[in-house]
Amino acid sequence: MTEKTMPETQLPLKAEARNLSFFYGNFQALKNVNMPIYDKRVTSLIGPSGCGKSTYLRCFNRMHDLYPGNRYEGAIDFHPDHTDLLSSKVDPIEVRMRISMVFQKPNPFPKSIYENVAYGLRVRGESARSVIDDKVEAALRSAALWGEVKDRLNEQGANLSGGQQQRLCIARSLATDPELMLFDEPTSALDPIATASIEELITELKEKVAILIVTHNMQQAARISDYTAYMYIGEMVEFGETDQVFIKPNKKETEDYITGRFG
Amino acid sequence: MNQQELQALRTMIVVHKRWDMIFGLIGILALMIALMTFTALFADMAINGVGRISWEFLTSFPSRRAADAGILSAWVGSVLVMLVTAFAAVPLGVAAGVYLEEYARKNWVTDIIEINVSNLAGVPSIIYGLLALGLFVYTFGLGQSILTAGLTLALLILPVVIVATREAIRSIPQIIREGAYACGATTWQVVSDHIVPYSSAGILTGVIIGMARAIGETAPIITVGALTFIAFLPPAPFTGEPPAGLFDWLFAPFTVMPIQMFNWTSRPEAAFLANAAAAGFILVLMTLAMNGLAIWLRYRLRKNINW
Repeated sequence: MTEKTMPETQLPLKAEARNLSFFYGNFQALKNVNMPIYDKRVTSLIGPSGCGKSTYLRCFNRMHDLYPGNRYEGAIDFHPDHTDLLSSKVDPIEVRMRISMVFQKPNPFPKSIYENVAYGLRVRGESARSVIDDKVEAALRSAALWGEVKDRLNEQGANLSGGQQQRLCIARSLATDPELMLFDEPTSALDPIATASIEELITELKEKVAILIVTHNMQQAARISDYTAYMYIGEMVEFGETDQVFIKPNKKETEDYITGRFG
Repeated sequence: MNQQELQALRTMIVVHKRWDMIFGLIGILALMIALMTFTALFADMAINGVGRISWEFLTSFPSRRAADAGILSAWVGSVLVMLVTAFAAVPLGVAAGVYLEEYARKNWVTDIIEINVSNLAGVPSIIYGLLALGLFVYTFGLGQSILTAGLTLALLILPVVIVATREAIRSIPQIIREGAYACGATTWQVVSDHIVPYSSAGILTGVIIGMARAIGETAPIITVGALTFIAFLPPAPFTGEPPAGLFDWLFAPFTVMPIQMFNWTSRPEAAFLANAAAAGFILVLMTLAMNGLAIWLRYRLRKNINW
């Protein structure tokens, strides 16, 4: 055990939540969460519905800022420059430029496949056609979609199948070279075959980027993640290497949830 | 379940289904009353007026002799007034709707604004006419002109445009918005790249339905001082009194279709009544054409938008 932990602790950190609390108005949805996110690793968040895992994920790109009455406490230290993502001095737009997100339900814009992928670049003011062409192709290749759509880039994104739409959304969030990618139950609206292709994709993507994924499917967490965090009613109950959390959890609550005795 | 219970169940279903049929009949009856009324009015007008409709009728100015009279100045006036209305109401209404939906915080102030916008849609049009008389004609000195009439009708349909804009924006799923924000877009980028393009079909429909209402409005136009007898056209660009400009026609006196009709119906001669029916027939056709355009545009613009 010690042999394995030694090199892992030396992994570069990508982000670190410190005493993170979150409030929807007066309701406290997250309570003092502390958790590291390692670079080029997949970290999954598991827990029963309403445990705060999506709420936690959405802190990382300040999605909560879109709605009134939300409040953060604590910090998310983003490496290597040690920007506090939650600081009111940091513009949420800057945060979202560095950290991209893939949603629960595929949400391609009602635009062409090309324009969907190019949107992040357009928002950044990129107007050179050749640069956008290259990045769109690279992103679609990374999202394992290029072969299927290269001849119909001008078709509507909504014409694709559900799994292709989700890969299109992954390409959209890849095109801008994010440092951390957030996945909010990305396969919950997909069939098993499309789910398998998304999981394979996530495993490939971690060579380039840190990944934080919320999943309601424990087998999925076990298959694709290097680290797993179990959350319950806004608290981080246990965090550790996925093998350890699933095979030898330290906490009784984690074991009860994983073995299906609860949740 | 024994035979008796089964029989009771079947009887109950028959009784319940009878209500289905009764309501269906009531519905058809209600629909017929609405449709028949419109058809009867339209047919009556068509029978009385269709004999008068000819190329000359469309290209002649009004005249003392019913047989020579036409609606040239009226339909040109209506078209120009509608142009001004559209150019004024669309930017104002869309901007207000977008602001209320995408920028304004949801609190009691926006609630009050919302209630007031809905109430404005119910204000009698003559009140808008009086407001316009005081504001545009006397305070701003715009005169009894096409510009004044266009702006008055723009005020009249503004609530319709605002409500249509808000409804169209609300039908955009929140997840599309979040997707755009997650790409790092500012509120303005979300509005200009997504919200307005995706809601344009609904907005246009609302605008055209508002315009179809405005084109038949008489009271506010009379109040701001449209004339009932106009035997000339507003100057085309660069042709009026020197120094002639592009927009001289905005300040020209004018008449519109409903006023021309009103003028003819108040004459004693039967021939003028036929003229009024013919003008009414054309006015209804103009309204139907606008509604048809709205349907076509909605179909065209929505074809590529599905979530």
